[in-house]
Amino acid sequence: MASKISIAGEENFARIMTSPAQDGSAVAIEIRDLTRRFGAQIVLDHVSFACPHGKITTVVGPSGCGKTVLLKHLNFLLRPNCGAIIVDGEDVTQMGSSELNRVRDKFGMLFQAGALFDSMTVAENVAFPLVEKTNLSRQEIAQRVQEKLAAVGLEGAGNKFPSEISGGMQKRAALARALIREPEILLLDEPTTGLDPTRAGAIHHLIRRTQQRFGLSAVLVSHDVPQVFEISDRVAFLYKGRTRLFGTVQEILSANDPVFKSFLAGEEIDEEGLQAGSNALAM
Amino acid sequence: MAGAGGGEGRRHGHKALCSLRGRTWSVPPRNEANSNLNNPSGMRGSPSLKLLMYWITEPVRWLGAQAIENVAALGRFGLFFISALFNALSPPYKPRLVVRQLRLIGADSIFLITLIGWATGMVLGLQGYNTLHRFGSETALGTVVALVLVRELGPVLSALMITARAGSAMAAELGSMQVTEQVDALSVMAIDPVQYLVSPRILAGLISFPLLTAIFDVVGIFGGYAIGVGLMGVPPGSYFRGIVDNLTPHDVASGFYKALVFGLAVTWVCCYKGYHAERMATGISRATTEAVVLSSVLVLLWDYFLTSVLL
Ligand SMILES: Nc1ncnc2c1ncn2[C@@H]1O[C@H](COP(=O)(O)OP(=O)(O)O)[C@@H](O)[C@H]1O
Ligand SMILES: [Mg+2]
Repeated sequence: MASKISIAGEENFARIMTSPAQDGSAVAIEIRDLTRRFGAQIVLDHVSFACPHGKITTVVGPSGCGKTVLLKHLNFLLRPNCGAIIVDGEDVTQMGSSELNRVRDKFGMLFQAGALFDSMTVAENVAFPLVEKTNLSRQEIAQRVQEKLAAVGLEGAGNKFPSEISGGMQKRAALARALIREPEILLLDEPTTGLDPTRAGAIHHLIRRTQQRFGLSAVLVSHDVPQVFEISDRVAFLYKGRTRLFGTVQEILSANDPVFKSFLAGEEIDEEGLQAGSNALAM
Repeated sequence: MAGAGGGEGRRHGHKALCSLRGRTWSVPPRNEANSNLNNPSGMRGSPSLKLLMYWITEPVRWLGAQAIENVAALGRFGLFFISALFNALSPPYKPRLVVRQLRLIGADSIFLITLIGWATGMVLGLQGYNTLHRFGSETALGTVVALVLVRELGPVLSALMITARAGSAMAAELGSMQVTEQVDALSVMAIDPVQYLVSPRILAGLISFPLLTAIFDVVGIFGGYAIGVGLMGVPPGSYFRGIVDNLTPHDVASGFYKALVFGLAVTWVCCYKGYHAERMATGISRATTEAVVLSSVLVLLWDYFLTSVLL
């Protein structure tokens, strides 16, 4: 019975689509009917939305709802069961590996846990994409690395190993590495989780500044509601594997969706409890 | 699988195509089953038939699923190797990475190999002398020690020691890179992780295993000399004369081929296990254990096979 109520609710709040075409901006990444299962668990269930070019699109949702999985599909680290991911007009799901590498060169990605190479120092980590993928001279690379480290507030930490710095510093070092090649599209998985509020705010503004300076398109996965809305142009609210809400911050906040409201208030279990109850009955 | 028929579904997002058959475990017809088990007297035709069919079909299903899974795993294992080989042969070449692995697998193992080689040679000298002494043919000691080392114990013991030392480290390192998403980070930078991580290790294994085996053999021969000649009083001339007269190039070649094959097998297995470590707390330790066990077993099995072919 509980499930019927939630289905009715879902119809009401299915999608509030602000088509990027409406406000005249181009689309950087379009996600169409993305579906992904792990074994019997359907993590993403026909997720669709479009990230406008030169804007920050934020994906929010309760933890475990598939935000990281969604982000990893955007540069095809994970393969969808079905659906399309269109980056600058090209469907990455149809690509061979060399084409895919060309598209991946447009991306910079910050992993949720940083994913710094622990056999290298922070500076070597940040320099790595330049060393491997460009022909820049040593001095030039060193200079750019210094620049980026300074931008994330890690000037002094270049010679330390990732294991020697705090989790927050690792996040910032990983952010510097994601930015070093000045990508067109930035994928950020919870860049501020685990940071204190002041630091989180600083990182948010760093992301905003960088994005505006280079005109990047960014997809940002975050837990930091509502602070992250300050820097969001579009927000997608994922719930139970579906895009429950999508629109500008204004639209989302005025949508009056009870699930989103309880998510904002930090009560994620609301429907979960009902669901568990009905499952118990079915057993 | 999804790639084969999924093109249409991908473009248009048809629900029918999207609901692919996942690997799900069918649940026994539960309510009916339980009530039947609890209450045999209340048996009705159709539910118990269902239950019977379940117990008949489910083991078959399980066996089939296991068979498919194992064949698929074998296929992945083979493809992994082909991809590593292909990547090793195609640009961009990274000699720097191979040299680094040569140091880790090869140079850093020299001390251990010398130690084990010396100990093995001494044991061979002692045992060989005692056995040969019974037949009054102590002068053949050099030949026996050298043949056993070069043809058999050199390649096998070296491979086992390098597995324990470098193979386990390799599996653990790649495993932790996989678990902490460093492998994904490489993919994201459009760097092929197999080319960057696996190919250099396999190449370094191919180069360093025969060299380490050679060191093992030579040190072992001198270990046998120290015991046989120094302690037991075998005439020094006969020890080396026997080796020079009886050790053929074919013996040396067969030891070399063995070392080459072991180098390939050990690095391949250890890289594969590490690279495919599962993302959970026990993923790395399990990958390391499996890598060492499987490598050791493969070395011993291949040793028998190669011996029978090369004899
Ligand atoms: N490689 C995987 N294998 C199996 N299940 C996975 C895998 N990756 C993610 N999942 C599952 O997908 C769900 C969503 O995970 P994730 O995207 O990491 O959540 P979050 O929204 O917190 O980032 C989780 O329930 C997780 O168990
Ligand atoms: Mg996540």
